[in-house]
Amino acid sequence: MAVDMNMNILVVDDYKTMLRILRNLLRQLNFSNIEEASDGAAALKKLRDCSIDLIISDWNMEPMTGIELLREVRGDGKLKHIPFIMITAESKSENVIAAKEAGVSNYIVKPFNAETLKSKMASVLGDF
Amino acid sequence: MLPGKVDAALRQRLEELESKHGDTVRIADIAEVVESMMATLKGDVVGADLAIYAELESLARYIQTAKTEIARLRPDQVKEQYLPAAADQLDAIVEATAEATHTIMDATEIIEGVMENLDGENSQKLMDATTRIYEACGFQDITGQRITKVVNTLKDIEERIDALVAAFGSEIEKVKAEQPEAEEKEEKKDSDEKLVHGPQLPEDAKSQAEVDALLASFD
Repeated sequence: MAVDMNMNILVVDDYKTMLRILRNLLRQLNFSNIEEASDGAAALKKLRDCSIDLIISDWNMEPMTGIELLREVRGDGKLKHIPFIMITAESKSENVIAAKEAGVSNYIVKPFNAETLKSKMASVLGDF
Repeated sequence: MLPGKVDAALRQRLEELESKHGDTVRIADIAEVVESMMATLKGDVVGADLAIYAELESLARYIQTAKTEIARLRPDQVKEQYLPAAADQLDAIVEATAEATHTIMDATEIIEGVMENLDGENSQKLMDATTRIYEACGFQDITGQRITKVVNTLKDIEERIDALVAAFGSEIEKVKAEQPEAEEKEEKKDSDEKLVHGPQLPEDAKSQAEVDALLASFD
């Protein structure tokens, strides 16, 4: 099934720079419906208010971290089906294992490039 | 439990000290404890006791010297001046790199706008170049996170120095009273070094317009 390029993507990061980088890279990949949140709590509110098709989230944020957001999403009957890509500088084995156990769909290590972003999205959504 | 061979006066003194300080004695109190024990021993010691007396006296002197040496390092100054200054400089790095990164992205977005009017091949070349610029801008996120870790480490160090300052407070006050000129010289040296080694923090900086006005005031 073809990927819907009009899907709503929620990008979560506490660094404005990274939000802007991701927005621009996603736009260059032809995704234009991008929502932003600066921490897990704000993301959760947006997830409950809007219809989101993919979450791309940082790990290190306050007051709710990316892994806490992931657990909340997977524990919510209405949100648990949404693909969740963690994008973080936390690449220690225990972090990756914790994310996998919490139900992460894929994991991108910072610094990353556009090709990696595209391939990880494709592994979750299908080729585009 | 006190040793069996100590005499009654010393035993009583040791019990008083144990009752006052409990099982743990702060570094700052050790000298007091040793001196107190020595006072009890005076006039009633021979042979092996004399050797212990000399050892204790030497220990008391050693501790006093160590306290003074540590106080001379001015841990209070490290806590109040150097650590906050280092944290401010690191925060300024994060802010400056974030600002520069956004400026780079502003320009890149303009290039992307122009790109739409170009033919396929040239447009693709510019697209690849702008993608690489966005990727490279990720450095600010990584450096920001690393600097935040360093700032948190500085906060841990500050807490430990706080405990040191509390333990050596009176000694530090003595050193400060003895060396007020040294402190003044140190502050002047810091100020001169800042001029030589790098820019001031944004809040301390004059704008180009202010510098121009200052220079013009000499005409």
